[in-house]
Amino acid sequence: MATVRQLNVNGRVYTTDADSDASLLFVLRDHLDLTGSKYGCGEGQCGACTVLIDGKSRRSCITRVGDVAQRQITTIEGLAQGDRLHPVQQAFLDEGAMQCAYCTSGMIMTAVSLLNARRDSSAAEIARSMEGNICRCGTQPRIVLAIQRAAKVMNESKQ
Amino acid sequence: MSKDFNFESGLEPDRFELAAPPTYHFDVDRREFFRFLGAGVLIVCVLKDARALQESGAGGQGAQGTSLPKEIGAWLHIGENGSVTVYTGKVEVGQNIRTSLTQAVAEELHVPVTAIQIVMGDTKLTPYDRGTFGSRTTPEMNLQLRIVASAARDTLIVLAAAQWQVDSKRLIAADGRITDSESKRTVEYAALVKGKQLTETLPVEDPLIPAAHWTVAGQPLPKVGGRDFVTGKHRYPCDQNLPDMLHGKVLRPSSFGATLASLDTQDAEKIPGVVVVHDGNFVGVAAPSAEVASRAVAAIRAEWKSQPQISNKELFDYLKKNPVEGGGPLDSPFRYEAGSMDKALASADHHLQQTYTTNYIAHCPLEPRAALAQWSGDDLTVWTGTQRPFGVRTELAAAFHMPEERVRVLMPDMGSGYGGKHTGETAIEASRLARAARRPVKILWTREEELTWAYFRPAAVIDISSAMRKDGKITGWEFHNYNSGAAGISTVYDIENQRIQFHPARSPLRQGSYRALAATANHFARESYMDELAHLVKMDPLEFRIKNLKNERLRTVFETAAKKFGWGQAKTSAGQGFGMGGGFEKGGNVATFAEVSLDRKSGDVKVARLVTAFECGAIVNPDGLRNQLEGANIMALGGTLFETIEFENGQIRNGRFSDYRLPRFSDVPVIETVMIDRKDIPSAGAGESSLVGVAPAIANAIFDASGVRLRSLPLVPNGLRMA
Repeated sequence: MATVRQLNVNGRVYTTDADSDASLLFVLRDHLDLTGSKYGCGEGQCGACTVLIDGKSRRSCITRVGDVAQRQITTIEGLAQGDRLHPVQQAFLDEGAMQCAYCTSGMIMTAVSLLNARRDSSAAEIARSMEGNICRCGTQPRIVLAIQRAAKVMNESKQ
Repeated sequence: MSKDFNFESGLEPDRFELAAPPTYHFDVDRREFFRFLGAGVLIVCVLKDARALQESGAGGQGAQGTSLPKEIGAWLHIGENGSVTVYTGKVEVGQNIRTSLTQAVAEELHVPVTAIQIVMGDTKLTPYDRGTFGSRTTPEMNLQLRIVASAARDTLIVLAAAQWQVDSKRLIAADGRITDSESKRTVEYAALVKGKQLTETLPVEDPLIPAAHWTVAGQPLPKVGGRDFVTGKHRYPCDQNLPDMLHGKVLRPSSFGATLASLDTQDAEKIPGVVVVHDGNFVGVAAPSAEVASRAVAAIRAEWKSQPQISNKELFDYLKKNPVEGGGPLDSPFRYEAGSMDKALASADHHLQQTYTTNYIAHCPLEPRAALAQWSGDDLTVWTGTQRPFGVRTELAAAFHMPEERVRVLMPDMGSGYGGKHTGETAIEASRLARAARRPVKILWTREEELTWAYFRPAAVIDISSAMRKDGKITGWEFHNYNSGAAGISTVYDIENQRIQFHPARSPLRQGSYRALAATANHFARESYMDELAHLVKMDPLEFRIKNLKNERLRTVFETAAKKFGWGQAKTSAGQGFGMGGGFEKGGNVATFAEVSLDRKSGDVKVARLVTAFECGAIVNPDGLRNQLEGANIMALGGTLFETIEFENGQIRNGRFSDYRLPRFSDVPVIETVMIDRKDIPSAGAGESSLVGVAPAIANAIFDASGVRLRSLPLVPNGLRMA
């Protein structure tokens, strides 16, 4: 049984003894106590577990931890710079784009990945990009507004 | 292996949310309070209803004894540093009452919202509460907190008046301080309460600031603690951890109602660190990790005995043929008669008889059920996601045959419930395993468990018939709901002769509360039927409703939504259709108008636009209300169009997200809301009533687009099949 000894998460090196076949979500939550990434379905259908691997969104519940041992992993806990929220985090607050907020970390990580790639998407294009993330409370319209707001802020500040 | 555990007990859901709760006697001991809270001022709110109940001798358990009534709704403490802490048994499940209740306190006490902390749903620290359901928080708890906060403010003014030896009428409370309007002298609340141990107990009767004069309430306020939610810092029930904690998993039967025929746990027991518990029909494991727990359960060999059970195909026939006469312990039949239906039928120009049905659907809170249980001697502490922490405490006490005083249930703000987390099964499972393992145990249900072993929104069969004059006046109304419930069963229309009945039935699946309860099914049927009647007499559906509707508040929401929607406009494309539905439920008046577009080739139905007008009295938080209305529209969209539980022979056939279709971003139409703020009417809740117009509005719009009348929810699980 292969073991993962080290993981690069949020710019920090964590030591672990996780089975390479274990899911990344399980290792983040139960080994590293990074509980901001959520379990929602275990089959990559809801997006609540979304993290960034080298800046691109990935469903951590269906990702083998062994496959990302050498990569840069970013979770919701690593998105803010000290006290300064990432523009997407701030935009979710500004638009009130949450109710129970259980989906929020996955929504934000998916949105950050989208905005890393492009910032000129229309509302319909944003909705398509977010199709894999479920918000059962029904805040989707606000989430689209938040992503548009963040895109604008990031464009203006050239982040 | 312990045999004293009755796993069957206390698991049935509080189906219609009407079961009488034990009236809780809380003896307020001043000294105990201040030992726990520190010095300061404490305001305790006694429930007026509870007092009246007790005086009439109708208080059940609460009527025993002759001491003064001690039924308490909430309490508020102002500490020596000026911090305000409020205690309520209500819980935060995403409806953002932590925010709206904070506004209520800030409004009356005149402190910044940042000075207020609310402790919610902790059975050791907060007063008894039946549960967070039925849209009761805003009409009841919001009012109670305003009253305690208002009394606290008055107490502080009296303190200042005594300190300065002036008439209290000169003193003004604002921004956390008392100011003398004449001398301009000022003192902070913190300084006033320093070293005091003052208590004030008051009934719910104090005069309050009228809604028209609100400055904090009535304004939008973002989610309290929002920053913790966007940074991942907030810990939901599933994020709770303890040192030395094990992870639990339960072996599920092969089908509903199955019993164990044989069990072999030897291989599971050989896995290092695994504890196996077999107690009656309960089989579970505790293991050092969730992964090992899953492996251990997979290593258990079990054979199950089960009885043949029905499938979706026979469901509606089954519900009508299997009544539960007189109802069960949790189901009450409902019957209402006015005038004579038979006479109305005899003199009617039109009769119409129709049947509507709704399938079971699942709540799908994004956070599945979770619990962390810890025993300390004979004391049990459980952190769990539930809308009824006190109910779960009762279930735990019953399951383990222990007094409630030895059980503490805590409810960290959770990943939603929608009526689906009233019961404590996960708490019981984790506690049972923790007792055997002698270590804390956490259980997080998988999505498959949540979609199979939780309970569902009841299926319904609804028969309606009526008598109508040729001018469109309804003279007789007969309405029968089989199985789903009596919520929203009464007609809002002005009809002289009525016969309305709810018939409890034997449900093939475990069923329970769901946001808006049966009001969704009953409104779907009633408002679809109203549309059918309008077409029968060739009247405009809006005009037809208004003709039969006296209630001004409801007329106003229909007319407001119609105007915003542009009702009466010409169609601009083929396949376009318009429809409406609305009603009154749990203090809220709602009308929803829908625009659909139908692809005649593929049969695909797209909801293009939903316009909802809503009025629930004085609005406490406009942005919070708008958020609820938008969310209700989207949640209702799923059950309207495609959500359905498929089952066969005691098994769920679509018990995972890849099989159970939920609304996604691309399903979401343009949503417009109009909120009518009636400052002259006490605030009601909005989380449930806001759903009920969506299904009939869409069904009626589909009829308008296609001429096809769909009478079963979900309407188009596989697109619209043209007749």
